[in-house]
Order: sequence, then structure tokens, then C-alpha cells
Amino acid sequence: MAKKVGTEVSFAVADAVKLADVDVIAAYPITPQTHIVEKLSEYVADGELDAEYICVESEHSAMSACCGSSATGARTFTATAGQGLELMHEVLTIPASSRLPMVAAICNRALSGPLSVWGDHSDLMGVRDTGWIQIIAENGQDVHDLTIAAFKISEHKDVMFPVMVHMDGFHLTHVIEPIVIMDQEDVDKFLPPFEYNNKLDPASPVSQGTYAPPHIYPEIKKAQDVALVNSKETIKAIWKEYGDLFGRYYNPIETYKTDDAETILVTMGSFSETASLAIDKLREQGKKVGLLRVRLWRPFPFAELRDAAKSAKTMIVLDRALSFGGPAGPLCSEIRSAFYQEKNRPQIISFISGLGGRDIDPEDFEAMIARGEDIAKNGSDSEYEILGVRE
Amino acid sequence: MLSWKDIPMGAIVQTPGSAKEYRTGDWRSQRPVWDLSKCIKCGLCYIYCPDASIGWKDDGYPQWDEFHCKGCGICATECWTKAINLVEETE
Ligand code: SF4
Ligand code: SF4
Repeated sequence: MAKKVGTEVSFAVADAVKLADVDVIAAYPITPQTHIVEKLSEYVADGELDAEYICVESEHSAMSACCGSSATGARTFTATAGQGLELMHEVLTIPASSRLPMVAAICNRALSGPLSVWGDHSDLMGVRDTGWIQIIAENGQDVHDLTIAAFKISEHKDVMFPVMVHMDGFHLTHVIEPIVIMDQEDVDKFLPPFEYNNKLDPASPVSQGTYAPPHIYPEIKKAQDVALVNSKETIKAIWKEYGDLFGRYYNPIETYKTDDAETILVTMGSFSETASLAIDKLREQGKKVGLLRVRLWRPFPFAELRDAAKSAKTMIVLDRALSFGGPAGPLCSEIRSAFYQEKNRPQIISFISGLGGRDIDPEDFEAMIARGEDIAKNGSDSEYEILGVRE
Repeated sequence: MLSWKDIPMGAIVQTPGSAKEYRTGDWRSQRPVWDLSKCIKCGLCYIYCPDASIGWKDDGYPQWDEFHCKGCGICATECWTKAINLVEETE
């Protein structure tokens, strides 16, 4: 029987990776991801996990090693954060275009400068267009379940894309939560062995990651994009299967009290749980407010989002990242795009807050909702507002 | 030409060595021309050619590969008897 234990969320990631019985881990330690790879290196050193642990000299090398590993048909994992993800960036587009399955735990961290080891979504937004499937966890249980499911999604024959599981640095990675750690037997039932048809094999040679001149490059990119968009149905099916087997369901868009909500707050990541407290309080006051959380960031679930926000007159979107001089926070830009063609589109208000590890407490969310409703009625001078900073 | 629907997953190339079907000779603006009366069959041009576009004829003289030669001119620079000249491509 799977049992609930009090454990650090980083260890719940490591345990998920161990349960998935990975073959190769290539990673470079960086705060706030370090505890994940430390734990995994212990598992390998102690013989509890039969895997290659490749100590690389940088994140760029980590991702390069992961590409090679996956190409041989080995189940592959890495983890990083912030500047480490930035250093990895150049190589990130390769497994997405070469369709090399792997799972990466990204412990979201603010980008320099100024130097910050604390959490926000700047690193997450920086890798938005690398072609990876990107999943957002909100708590320790999410992290554990979604990491296990991520291997099945990544390696599914109709998907074959690398998957990032995003989790907020410190606010998630370093907290201790009660988490149901899965049983090996259950995971083995759920997660089949990785079968890679095009693996590098001297007996039947193939070339991967080749050069493409202009007469073929656009066709390759369209094929990649269509495949990523189509992966959404398989992701949903695998999450449903996980829910049917183990009782915990995950959806591309998660909703909280949205059924009749006229004002909907939109969040992503661990702050969603804090936001739900503000929703409860406003509901008690009779306000028709709800909360909608984006779980699947890529491929973006447009239809599910529109469906979940049918009743909304105002949507208030929190971004924990800035698009400097841009139209809104990056999440809000997506939400606005999703509704632009709709006949009765809601007003969509953009707020930036929680940068570089700054907390947002339930009262801040209440104030955010109040300010959002005010802007919806009376307008604002700016495209987006940064909340929670000293004037 | 392939449609996007025909692209194998990951744009993988399943036929090894298919790069040799790519006519890199199209990139050339100059071509090397041999004056075999000056050639001493030393093989330097063969060694230096970065595109393996020089081979050997049965009689021991260099054999130029028009399909792949990019016209870089390294062979002409390295040939110490000046048996190779670069001339402008006219087509
Ligand atoms: S011009 Fe360059 S590519 Fe062509 S044969 Fe000479 S060395 Fe080789
Ligand atoms: S380098 Fe000149 S002399 Fe030597 S084999 Fe080539 S063409 Fe002949």
C-alpha cells in the first residue's frame, strides 16, 4: 500500500524518479534544485537505484548528456533551476525537435540580476518556446504524481516529447508536506518500459539531429508543432488513467468555485493554494469569485480554458514574471489571446507580483481582486500593474 | 519534395550516409582545374580537401568530385607545383 509520509517535496521528486526506475540521470546541482539530485545520487551510490549518475560540468553538458542518453533508449532524468535552466537553454530545443523523451524537474527561480536564489517564473517563461511539454505542480503531491506520469507522457508513442515538471523553488521544493509516496508495484503497473523505435543502435544505424536546409526546415517545424498540439489528448488520457488507478486526478485547467463566477482569478503554481483562501473569504461575503489554475502550460489548453471561464465577466491574471516593456505578464498574454476572438469576452487584467521569492498572502490576493475589479470598471493607465512593491 | 506529413518523427534520417546525395557543389563560385602536366601525384590536395572531394584515378592522378566540391580553393593553395588553378564558375 502506498503510504502518506511527511517528506520534503524535493525528496518526493527523487522518490518519483526512483520509482520510475530511470536509467540515466545527468544533472548539475543548483539552488533550489540541489536536494533532488543529492537524494538521487545517494540512491544510486547506495545501490537502491540501478542507474548511471553522470556528474557533468554544467547544465549545458547535463542536457547534452540527456539527449545522448535518451537517443539510446534509456529512461532519462535531469533537474535544474534559474540560471542553470538558462545555461541549458541552447540544448533544450534539441530533444524537442529530435523527439527525445526525458523528464526534467524545474525548480522555478528568479533570474539574475540582481542575483536571487528565490522563486518566481522568470526561468519558466524563458523556456516557453523550446518545444517541451510543460506541466505546473502546485504542491508536493502534485510534484510526486506528475513526475511519475511525466515519464509515461514523454515516452508514449503518440507523444515522444521531453517534459518539464515545474515546481516553485523554496515555496515548494524546500517545504515538508504530507505526501502519498507511490508503491513500486503500482508504478510498475502504470508505467511500461521505455521502447524507443529509433534508438541509436549500430545494428540499424540512423542519424539524429541533422542539418536541414530551407527546402525542408519549415516542414520539420510544422510536423513538430502539430505533434505537440496533438499531445494534449494523450496527456489528458494518461492523467485520467492515473486518476482512475490511484484516485488523484489532474487536468490541463484546474478550477475552484468557478461554476457561476463572474470574477475569475487566474494563477499558476504553488501560490494558487494561497489564492484559494482569498476566494473562500470573498465567497463567504457573497461575491461570485472563482479561481482557475493553469496546470498544462504547453501545449496550452485553449479550449479547456475557454470552457472553464464561460461565466467570467472579469479575469484577473497573476504573473510571477515580467515581460519587460511587453503587453502584460506572459501568462496574461496567453489568456488574452485565448479570449480575443470570443464574442462575449471578459475583461482581462494583468498583475505582476511575487517576484524573486516575495510572498503573496491571502489579503494580497483579496486586494488584487479588488484592484482588478476597479480596473475592469474604471480602466488603468498602464497595460499591467506590479503589485506588492513599496511606492 | 516531402510534405510535412511525411517527415519521420524527430526528422530522423533512416538511410545512413544520405548526406552524399546532397549536391554541395551547388555552393561553388569557383572550381579547381588541374594541369596534370605539373602534377607529381604527391597527394597533398587529397589530404587537405576538407570535403573529401578529391580521390584517385587508376593512373595515380587526382580525381575531382564535381558533385561535392564547394570550391574553397584549399587544394589550389596547398599544391606546391601549382598544378591547380581556380576559375570562375560561369553557370
Ligand atoms: S576547392 Fe576545396 S572542396 Fe574543392 S576540391 Fe579543392 S579543396 Fe576540395
Ligand atoms: S597537390 Fe598538386 S601535385 Fe600534389 S597530387 Fe594534388 S595536384 Fe598533384
